[in-house]
Amino acid sequence: MKLARFFLTGIFFGIVLTKAEAVSWYRIYEMFHFQSFHMYGIIGTALFTGIVGLQIIKKYKVKDYNGLPINIIEKERGFWRYIIGGSLFGLGWALVGCCPGPIFILLGTGTYAIAVVLIGALLGTYIYGLLKDKLPH
Amino acid sequence: MELIFGTWHWAISGFLIGVTMLILTYFGKSFGMSSNLRTMCSMAGAGKFSDFFKLDWREQKWSLALVLGAFVGGFIAFYFLSDGSGVNVNPETITQLQTLGIDAPNGKLVPDAIFSFETLQSPKGFAILLIGGLLIGFGTRYAGGCTSGHAISGLSNLQLPSLVAVIGFFIGGLAMAHYILPLIFKTA
Repeated sequence: MKLARFFLTGIFFGIVLTKAEAVSWYRIYEMFHFQSFHMYGIIGTALFTGIVGLQIIKKYKVKDYNGLPINIIEKERGFWRYIIGGSLFGLGWALVGCCPGPIFILLGTGTYAIAVVLIGALLGTYIYGLLKDKLPH
Repeated sequence: MELIFGTWHWAISGFLIGVTMLILTYFGKSFGMSSNLRTMCSMAGAGKFSDFFKLDWREQKWSLALVLGAFVGGFIAFYFLSDGSGVNVNPETITQLQTLGIDAPNGKLVPDAIFSFETLQSPKGFAILLIGGLLIGFGTRYAGGCTSGHAISGLSNLQLPSLVAVIGFFIGGLAMAHYILPLIFKTA
């Protein structure tokens, strides 16, 4: 089954984020008030691991699972979309204490009210799709 | 046992999140959670109203499998790998939250003041959750990624746009946590 490896990676990710408490509203609040190193430590260590890993992949031209060269997609250039879009997401992140991954993870932990956040996030994505061409990017 | 059932150390957690990103890179994919929201809109037929959603969602099935896994992972971690000792935030944080009328964790991941069934049924409580979701959905798609896509994958690949996005995350996050949240909850 081609999808099984992604499903298993998802389970791993869900367990890690829950046990790290990165899905916790409290941790996000604490982070934005600089009252704990916890979240900064998580993001910093993840970044360090990611930077080292990607450098190794690039240097040794590691092939992917299917034997194809790994092509890491570069982000599109721009400024406004990143600063405005980023700030809007930041407002939501600090309000309901979760980013898109944890929305799905929290549903699994039995936090059913998060379904309203999910509906809002789908609506927000849809509204962006409608307004996309009118926004500065 | 506390090593597994208690709060995982930030260094272990961070390392494993970095590894998740690298595993997906090895599978020939990029690590990003918010793109699933777009895929779900496409599946619901949003392509009829905007070209932005005209994509073949079948090509994104891997990512939906990932998200479904994350849901199951949350279930396993919460019901089978927890002893209810978390979330041990700074005592200062708890005192501060008290002044806003927000309950302390005491083993919960999220406060009842925002996520309980009773809160959900009040117009204000419902509005907070919905508006939070709208900002997350609109903001991540506008910025082309969220914490996983920009703060982890993008920055790991030393992408300047991701740095700008992460600065944006903090502009919005700090404004909400320091200025807007007190306004929302003080009057409660």
